[in-house]
This record gives sequence, structure tokens and C-alpha cells, in this order.
Amino acid sequence: MAAQGKEPEILFWVGCAGSFDERAQRITRDICKILNHVGISFAVLGTEENCTGDPAKRAGNEFLFQMQAMMNIQVLNGYNIKKIVTGCPHCFNTIKNEYPGLGGNYEVIHHSQLIQQLIDEGKLKAEGGESFKGRRITYHDPCYLGRGNDVYEAPRKALEVLDADLVEMKRCKSNGLCCGAGGAQMFKEPEKGNKDINMERMEDVLESKATVVAAACPFCMTMLRDGVKGKDKEQEIQVLDIAEITARANGL
Amino acid sequence: MIGQIIFILILAAAIWLFSKNVAKIRRNILLGRDVDRSDNPGERWKTMAMVALGQSKMGKRPLAAVMHVFIYVGFVIINIEVLEILIDGVSGSHRIFSHPLGGLYGMLIGGFEFLAVLVLVACVTFLIRRNIGRLKRFSGVEMTEWPRSDANYILIIEILLMTAFLTMNAADHKLQLLNYAHYIRAGSFPVSSILSPLLPDNAASLEMIERGCWWFHIIGILAFLNYLPYSKHFHILLAFPNVYYSNLNPKGKFTNMASVTNEVKAMLDPSFVPEPVEVTRFGAKDVTDLTWKNLMEAYTCTECGRCTSVCPANQTGKLLSPRKIMMDTRDRISEIGKGIDKNGKDFKDDKTLLDNYITREELWACTTCNACTDACPVNINPLEIITEMRRYIVMEESQAPASLNNMFGNVENNGAPWKYSAADRFNWKESH
Repeated sequence: MAAQGKEPEILFWVGCAGSFDERAQRITRDICKILNHVGISFAVLGTEENCTGDPAKRAGNEFLFQMQAMMNIQVLNGYNIKKIVTGCPHCFNTIKNEYPGLGGNYEVIHHSQLIQQLIDEGKLKAEGGESFKGRRITYHDPCYLGRGNDVYEAPRKALEVLDADLVEMKRCKSNGLCCGAGGAQMFKEPEKGNKDINMERMEDVLESKATVVAAACPFCMTMLRDGVKGKDKEQEIQVLDIAEITARANGL
Repeated sequence: MIGQIIFILILAAAIWLFSKNVAKIRRNILLGRDVDRSDNPGERWKTMAMVALGQSKMGKRPLAAVMHVFIYVGFVIINIEVLEILIDGVSGSHRIFSHPLGGLYGMLIGGFEFLAVLVLVACVTFLIRRNIGRLKRFSGVEMTEWPRSDANYILIIEILLMTAFLTMNAADHKLQLLNYAHYIRAGSFPVSSILSPLLPDNAASLEMIERGCWWFHIIGILAFLNYLPYSKHFHILLAFPNVYYSNLNPKGKFTNMASVTNEVKAMLDPSFVPEPVEVTRFGAKDVTDLTWKNLMEAYTCTECGRCTSVCPANQTGKLLSPRKIMMDTRDRISEIGKGIDKNGKDFKDDKTLLDNYITREELWACTTCNACTDACPVNINPLEIITEMRRYIVMEESQAPASLNNMFGNVENNGAPWKYSAADRFNWKESH
């Protein structure tokens, strides 16, 4: 696109999980389908995208974080990027909050916010695809979207249009329980304890009696799916990203 | 006259001692690194009004919130009465506000009495919750003997003060009805008049009880004032400045270290001339590497344990407890403060916050989920201390867990936390 001298309306920041994790790749493709469906011109950085530095920063490696950040900012500024949608709350938080201080100023939204906007503008409905009518769905708040940036309503809006049976877990919104992956925990073994955090979260999921757990973060996705497996509930409970649910409901 | 002199001497001594101890805490807090929290005063006042004055974050636990409001409102409003006691004590008058306030005075005293009862109800409830109900939130490795006794002392002192206040009023009321000496008819005593039958009928004994309770009440308050700097109860004062200087950024935003920015810029561009920043060490090994705000938070913490009770690591049996992080920070800075008092301002010992107080296992158990910072009713941020200590471990010591070092290596070499080739980053497009 840049080679043709065109600038996209929005840059889709795929993220490492969205690029490499097989399960998250499906979310990535669904976000693209949604963008194409509503006719937004977008671009991805492809092989020029680099880790935002989030896991390094949360683990205390500020050097590595700032190296990553400055490289990414050079690339983004080089393409004159103004608006970014991310497929991951960690990338969203890092680029939105921590890049401006290092010279990277963009309007950054998470894909659940984009979906909410499209629903509000009437460009996205829930028709022509799989029906979620009457299905019991609960939503797991990712820490870096919810508490980290006070985004609680956008992902719920994407579910409200489904005419499904929405239930909240006991711990939700600002009181939501972490999946256990944040703060670079995704990349290490947990400390000694009496259970894993995702298994603790599964208690809430089971209590809600939901058959679909909606996620909005690829790391939560991994942890929740492991939790469902750990409870032997793969037949009963599906974990789906907000983008996947939206794409399915619209038959994309 | 002798009474007045004794009163003034006690009052002056209490104020002097309290100021001295507060000055020490202030000095200890200022041992922390500088951080600018003077921006955006409008937003800061608003936050203080909502969170500190308005207790907006207490509501998540309704019973505790209501009981706490009883004590909080009781404390603030009954202080009008304390003002009267102070003036009476210094000038030798009796119920000096009763004349100028007239009918309003009766309502005020009546109101104070109802509040005193609410304070009593709340204190007793809290004592039961702590000692008989044994709420999980009030236990944990950091809740050793002193923190538990401290909480009980505070509640017992408050019960004694309120009892003295009501007994004093009951005796005063009875003396008023006897038209005894200077006990003019003032005030209305909806609660203490119920206690009257319990008191003797002769005026001399009543006066002794009234005076006894009056002195006990005011000396008790002054002693309690001087207990505050040694106690978690200091939150009644520090909550306000602590909330005023809150972190106003989104919780997900961590600080960018200016010292690192300089080095990274110099690496990327050799011609870059760094702005001068104070270079100490990267991250925090001891409390003096933290900011004054972190230290103020440590002194503000009242050990309620809301942070720990919502911490995912703590709930799943890991060692981490955000409350312990705050208490350790306070204990360590107090220890340094005592060392300075004894040995002068160049005091050094061979202890540090890291390892002597907080273990690495605790630090690495954190998911940075911000549940603790969200739960704190006075906007304390244990996560910032955890992050600063991780920075020290990683950047000064290179002692991160091996799996995290692998992740760092992957990010550095492949641009992703996993061992995938950067050239494969766009493969998601094909693999349908």
C-alpha cells in the first residue's frame, strides 16, 4: 500500500500472538474479515512489525522495552500512521499509553472498541450468520483492557446485539479476576501455590453456567482454553474472541 | 486555675510530641526519590474529594463501608465537641458554646450522642469481625502480632473515648437537673439521659464522675493523637494527601524510565546528547530507591487487606501479598529512620528491602493485573514497588528467572517473545 503511495485509514497491529499462535491467528483473520466487510481500508506491518516490548517491560526489562518501542515508533512514523487498531489489550495499552512519551503519538483502539463503533454506526449488525440467540455467554475482562484502561462496555456491546443470554461472572468488570498470563507470567512457570490462576477463574466460569466464554485477549484465550481443558469441559464450553463471535454472527 | 495550667501543659506537650513524630515521618518520606505529582491540581482536588473525603471506593464491601462511615463521620463531627473541650480547658469555662449557639447547641450535643452510639456499634462490630468472626482478609503472613494488636488497640481506645464522652454527658445532665453550681442547663441528651439511672444521685459524686470523664476523654484524645504516628491508624491523616497525589494515568500505563531513554537513544543515534538525569541505580533495591510517593503510601496503608484479598497470586496460594509489600516498605523506611535518629543522616546498614524484607518469589508471582491498585480505598499502588524491584533484579543484577531471560532473548533476536522467525510473521494470512 505504501509502495503505491496510499495511506490506510487504519493500521491493524496484529501482535505476536495474533501472528504466531495458531489459535490467535484465527482471531487475526476474523478481525480482517470484519474490516473488509465494512469496507475500511487497512494495512498491517507484516514482517516489519515487532513485539511492542510489553512482556519485557512488565518483567522489568525497561532497556529491551524501550529498544522495541523506538524501533516500532520509527517504522510507524515512517509510514505516517495516525490510527491503530490492535488485536491484543497488551499491545493496545503499550502503544496507547507508553509510546507517546517516546515519540509515538497515535490514536489507538482495541478491536472491541472498533466493533462497538461499527455497531453504533449501524455498519455492523448481527445477522446473516450463526445465531447466538438464547445461548448463555459470559465475558472475561482482560486486565489491560478493563482495569488498565477502563474499557468495560465496548466488548459487552458487541455481545448485546446477539440476542443471547448474557451472564456476568461473580468477579467481573473492575473486580474481574486475571487469567494468570499478565506481567510476563505467560512466559514462565507460575510460582509455587495451591492452584493455577486460570483454574481459579474456571470456578467463576462454571458457576456462571455459560456455554460460551467471550475473550478479548489472545493470552486470556490461551489461559481460558487451558482451564476448560483442565476441567474436562471442552465439549460443553467454547472460548471465543469477541471478533470471532462478531464474524460468526455476521456470516463472515 | 491549677486545672487550667495542667491542661495547657498537657496540651502543649501533646502537640509538641506529635509534631516531632510527624516531622520524622515527613523526613523519612522525603528520603525517597523525587517524582512530580504537582500537575493537574483541579483533577487532584476532585479525586481527593471523591475518594478520600467521599470514600467512594469503600462501597464495594457494603457492611465495612457503612461501619467505617459511622466512625469516620463520628470522628470528624465529634471534633467540634473536642474544640469546645479545648477552649473550656484553656479558659476554665464550662460548655462555652452553649450560650452563643442557643437552641442549636442542644441539637449539636444530641447529634454527637447519636454519632457516639454509631461509633460504638461500629467499633464493636469491627472487634467481633476481627477476633471472633476471624475474617480471612485480616489474616496472612504479614498480619503478625503487632498489626493485629494495633487494630484492636485502636478500636478499644475509640470505645473507651466514646464511653467516657457519654458518661460525662450523663453526669453533666444530671447535675444540670439539680441546678448544681456552674452546670447550666445546656444541650439535649437523648442517649446519655438513658444512662442517668446508672449514676449516683449526689452532686459531689456526679461532679467527680463528670470531671473524671472530661479529663479522661481529652487526655485520651491527646494520647491517641500521639499513638497515630506509631500506628496504621495514621491513615486518618495521610489518606488525604496520599489520594491528592494519586497516579492519575490509566492504570495500565507504567512509567518510562528517563535514564533508560537516554541510553537507548544514544545507542540508536551516536550523535545524541542526553539530557541530564539523576542516575542512581535502575529500579529499586532498597526503599530509598523508591519515590517519596511510594513511601507516603507505605505510611498511609491501614492494612485493611482489600488488595491482598483480590490478588490472583495470593488467592491461589502464592507468597505474594500486596499488603505485605506496603507493610515491608513502611517497616524498612521506619528502620532507616530510626537508624538516622541514632547515628546521624549518613546511617547505613547492611539490610535492603529486597531479600531482607521482600523475597524474589513474591515479586515474580505478580501478574500486574492491577486488582490491588483498584481495590485500595486510598489509591495505594503496590504494583509500582513490585515493578521497580523487578527492574533492579533484571537490569542491575541480570537475575530474572531463566524462562524470562529466554523470552527477553527471543524479543531481542526475533522481535517476538517466542522462538519464531520474524520472517514468518505474516504467515497467518496463508494458513487458513
